[in-house]
Amino acid sequence: MEKDKNFIVGIYEDEDLLKGAVSAVRGSGIKIHEVYTPYPIHGMEDMLGYKRTRLPVAAFFFGLLGTCLALVMQISMLGYDWPVIVGGKDHVALPAFIPVTFEITVLLSAFGMVGVFLVSSNLKPWSQPRIFDIRSTDDRHVLAIDVANNLSVGQDRIKDVLKETGAVEVNDKSFE
Amino acid sequence: MQVTSHDQNPPVTSSVRAPLITGGKTYSDVTHDIARHVEGKPTKSWLLSFAASVALLLIGGLAMLVTLWEGIGTWGLNKTVGWAWDITNFVWWVGIGHAGTLISAVLLLFRQRWRMAINRAAEAMTIFAVLCAALFPLIHMGRPWIGLIWVFPLPNTYGSLWVNFNSPLLWDVFAISTYFSVSLVFWYLGLVPDFATIRDRATGIRRKIYGALSLGWDGAAKTWMRHESVSLILAGLATPLVLSVHTIVSFDFATSVIPGWHTTIFPPYFVAGAIFSGFAMVLTLMIITRKVFKLEDYITIGHIELMNIVIIITGSIVGIAYITELFIAWYSGVPGEQYAFLNRISGPYAWAYWIMMTCNVISPQIFWIKKIRTSVVATFVLSIVVNIGMWFERFVIIVTSLHRDYLPSSWAMFYPTIYDIGLYLFTFGLFFSLFFLFAKFFPVINMFEIKSILKSSSEKVNK
Repeated sequence: MEKDKNFIVGIYEDEDLLKGAVSAVRGSGIKIHEVYTPYPIHGMEDMLGYKRTRLPVAAFFFGLLGTCLALVMQISMLGYDWPVIVGGKDHVALPAFIPVTFEITVLLSAFGMVGVFLVSSNLKPWSQPRIFDIRSTDDRHVLAIDVANNLSVGQDRIKDVLKETGAVEVNDKSFE
Repeated sequence: MQVTSHDQNPPVTSSVRAPLITGGKTYSDVTHDIARHVEGKPTKSWLLSFAASVALLLIGGLAMLVTLWEGIGTWGLNKTVGWAWDITNFVWWVGIGHAGTLISAVLLLFRQRWRMAINRAAEAMTIFAVLCAALFPLIHMGRPWIGLIWVFPLPNTYGSLWVNFNSPLLWDVFAISTYFSVSLVFWYLGLVPDFATIRDRATGIRRKIYGALSLGWDGAAKTWMRHESVSLILAGLATPLVLSVHTIVSFDFATSVIPGWHTTIFPPYFVAGAIFSGFAMVLTLMIITRKVFKLEDYITIGHIELMNIVIIITGSIVGIAYITELFIAWYSGVPGEQYAFLNRISGPYAWAYWIMMTCNVISPQIFWIKKIRTSVVATFVLSIVVNIGMWFERFVIIVTSLHRDYLPSSWAMFYPTIYDIGLYLFTFGLFFSLFFLFAKFFPVINMFEIKSILKSSSEKVNK
């Protein structure tokens, strides 16, 4: 069977039921494709076994890059390329360079991190999301299971587990 | 929908803490209440308000045209008072912007859940206010189309002669542009999941537009995890950023040697003042918004009261700063400094000083009375009074310090021309036009954040 095509979708009304369902489904050896919720549910990433995001690391290094670029820019421009004495200060007046250095650090850190986030999550204006259930941006929590990944368990067993854990609906969903 | 117990975040069941969301809402009620304003036809009251704002924009636009055509000689400036309404308006608008970042970033770091009903609109206010602010230094350069290029360190035909990184005015350029762009990104990122909600309710062209705006958001747990992480770090970056912005704005004055400006108290005093005026503007806007869009269940009296408490605190800090300034002027023993402050209190601009004192120091203290700070009408009136006061604060600092300089023969007064007034009106028109457009086409309340606290902070669990 082809992967990433046929799904069994459990619809939940409550986040606590969903959390219980995620544990129970994983406990019974079924691999979860993804969970789609209308709002962030804290702790869900741990329950799904996701590794912590490294976006903070990206933010740090982009920030560091900003600090370096800002200092190099100011020191090279005012210190070496065209030195001008302003208010009796040194050509390389480091304390006076701090505000601009700080701002560029923040700017690059924020934009770099957000850029990485958008790229890694495939968020772009022309992205066509796969919608398992249209209500997942309103008031329903969606638990999607890829049938091809769980051939050993069997579709009926998957559906039973979803129903047992409190899914109000269990649907089949196929994507071309 | 059945609201069951919540194991991760226990419900806030304190008798002291009022529910943040009233009216026994369900998740789909939240979606419906907020998304319907985006989906429906504009109401008559919206059309009228928007038309009034655009009219103001056009009338003010005439002053803008004349200023661009003739130059800033059309303003009331003279050799002694070389800075007046332009920089007053600039500082005033930037200050107003600060509350948005404070609400969305600082209150996020402090885990204040009440921010969730107002952060979206407050951030929008930040962006529009900073836009209005940035106009003034830009126009003041006389030829903005050249000035816009000269303020950034770009290679040029003078050698290259670079910008002066020692100048607080240049720091301002970097501070304001960073602040504007980071705020815009922060705001937009919060809007993405809500755009997806609107996309999934819409059909046809609207579905296409909101689909593009939502960047293909699907609400996957992995994306939510990253989104939360990015929001938290952006909040962590925006917090020192917002403090730096008004600190740098205050450096425009504090790094000079003009009596009345040359004070080390300026950075904290300006930041407190900025939050003070910003919260007042948030209140003005939110009281109108909750009424027009019938969002009283989300922006409750409790929210208004909490914002009024912030106003008492920041207003008191501002009051202490005014008194400290006077004390230090006297205690310094420097005649120039002493005269500058004596002139503020009793000189030709004493009326402005006392308006400032009344509006900023006395009026927020009225909020100690619970009946007043929980009254919508009183809050609305006082929020406007506070912003009048804060405008006068900047006017007093700028004009009274300049108009009697070191040489009595050059002492002068500043009188605004209709172009000064027109430009100020122009920014009001711009600000409100943008805000009304935002309120119509974007969800004014953060739906997903409200949903995330619905179980723990709504009326149902709080009973």
